[in-house]
Amino acid sequence: MTEATVDREREIMTVNVGPHHPATHGVLRLVVDLEGEIVRELRPVIGYVHTGIEKSCEDKSYWKVIPFVERMDYVSYFFQMEAFCGAVERLIDLEIPPRARYLRTLFLELNRIHSHLVWLGTTALDLGAISMLWYCFRERDKILDLFEMATGQRMHTRYFQVGGVIEDIPLGFEAKCRAFAEEMPIRVSQYQDLLDRNEVFLSRTKGTGIVSRERLLELGVTGPLLRAAGDPWDLRKAFDYLAYPEVEFKIPVGTVGDNYDRYRVRVAEMVESARIVVQCLDALPEGPFIADDRKYVLPPRSELSTSMESLIHHFKLVTEGFRVDPSEVYYSIESPRGELGCFVVADGSAKPARVHFRDPSFVNLQAFREMAVDSYVADMIASLGMLDPILGGVDR
Amino acid sequence: MPDAPGLELIRGEIERDCPGAVLATSFDRAQAALIVDPARVLDVLRWLKDQPGQRYDFLSSLHAADYLPAQPRFAVHYELINRDRVERIRVKAMLEDAPPAGQGHGLPEIDSCVELFPTADAQEREVFDFFGIVFRGHPNLTRILMPDDYVGWPQRRDFPVGGEPVTFTYNEARYD
Repeated sequence: MTEATVDREREIMTVNVGPHHPATHGVLRLVVDLEGEIVRELRPVIGYVHTGIEKSCEDKSYWKVIPFVERMDYVSYFFQMEAFCGAVERLIDLEIPPRARYLRTLFLELNRIHSHLVWLGTTALDLGAISMLWYCFRERDKILDLFEMATGQRMHTRYFQVGGVIEDIPLGFEAKCRAFAEEMPIRVSQYQDLLDRNEVFLSRTKGTGIVSRERLLELGVTGPLLRAAGDPWDLRKAFDYLAYPEVEFKIPVGTVGDNYDRYRVRVAEMVESARIVVQCLDALPEGPFIADDRKYVLPPRSELSTSMESLIHHFKLVTEGFRVDPSEVYYSIESPRGELGCFVVADGSAKPARVHFRDPSFVNLQAFREMAVDSYVADMIASLGMLDPILGGVDR
Repeated sequence: MPDAPGLELIRGEIERDCPGAVLATSFDRAQAALIVDPARVLDVLRWLKDQPGQRYDFLSSLHAADYLPAQPRFAVHYELINRDRVERIRVKAMLEDAPPAGQGHGLPEIDSCVELFPTADAQEREVFDFFGIVFRGHPNLTRILMPDDYVGWPQRRDFPVGGEPVTFTYNEARYD
């Protein structure tokens, strides 16, 4: 061993980042080997918020699982509900009515904007643009107001049900939602005015955290990270589900796949999502908002006092739940972070035998080492923000 | 998705190149699945990944399930996508509970596919963590979400829910 390598070895310092550090976007611990300011090795340590949700789901009847899965990725709860409800609907071969398809699409896209706003606010905050947090959370609050208006809850709404949605949107929702969706592109352009020509932001994001498209595919990375590297892979276009085949939207892609492209792709996605929201409101079909199959769907409340049949169905569904024939299904949707898959095994009882979520943050986190190694420790924080992991989803 | 005849065609072609590797097929709820011999799972995955005209080269998810009381008890599922044709296929390897007593660690084993699909790294660790399925050849097969000193395989169906004492000391020594 030469003297030079000995010296170099001596300079390596191991630093522990997290698990409780605001820049880790959740309870993530990073064990970082630093040489001066350069990251030479990196080990993410996860599991701090593992609460065994998948195991708990096996002890609940199908309709009681919905609030559990919502709490995995707590920023994109509508997507978790859709993944689970969609999987169960495929298991029992239940078609949801057109109005429910549009309402679900509408809320998913509002949730996508919400998720990207949380990402943009916190990540810009990491990079020193504190004002972005307030602007982003101002718009986020409007989305939460819309959620509260339609569902009664601001977060973890339990709005999607097996067969449709729990209730119709209230009077006045459409106008309020439309006003928001038409305002959103203007707000996005204001964010861009703040960031796109900001010298600090540009020098912190341009050319940092690059991982090639081929490598991202090997690592299973999906979502805005993959699209920023120039691959227009979006499950909303690739596979038909909900109302996505019937609405028009574009898939923003990047060119080099650095942190700046990731920022641009997500910001452009917010505008596209706002377009989808408007189209859903325009084309919202009339009709029932939940399927009319009494074996799986609660009867309308008004019938309970007049119809014995309905009362029996209600009682059976609430006490035991519905049974599902033995089978298994994997259903995946495009969440704000990539492919969110839900794998459900039914064993003939009223409880699922296995519920597994393929969480995009969990898989995408594997690319973080390659994004951050041999960059400055400050760029590591920027890359982590642009990766946008939600640790509730990673640990489940 | 390949449709039911398409799935049989794929099975026939695999049968020609790797005889006996595919044990059965299943086409259920419009989802195509190949049930393979766990000892040959890498042959099938490699064929699906590299065969010209197939190219199921994106592993979107790897997970496991416990079908207790059925035998064989465990299954490891590989959800593959052909991104050109936009088709999914599932490869399913059924695993017996454990080798006879007195041999090895008493856990079911299967070959790791990390060489073929680097994305499987964390997901195989997760399956090991929760089901105690050992992936032969995995570079770092340790627990990923549960504490390092945890005893038991919590997602197995015979593992009870609840009654868990909570400790917070498990990782004190590891990175000192």
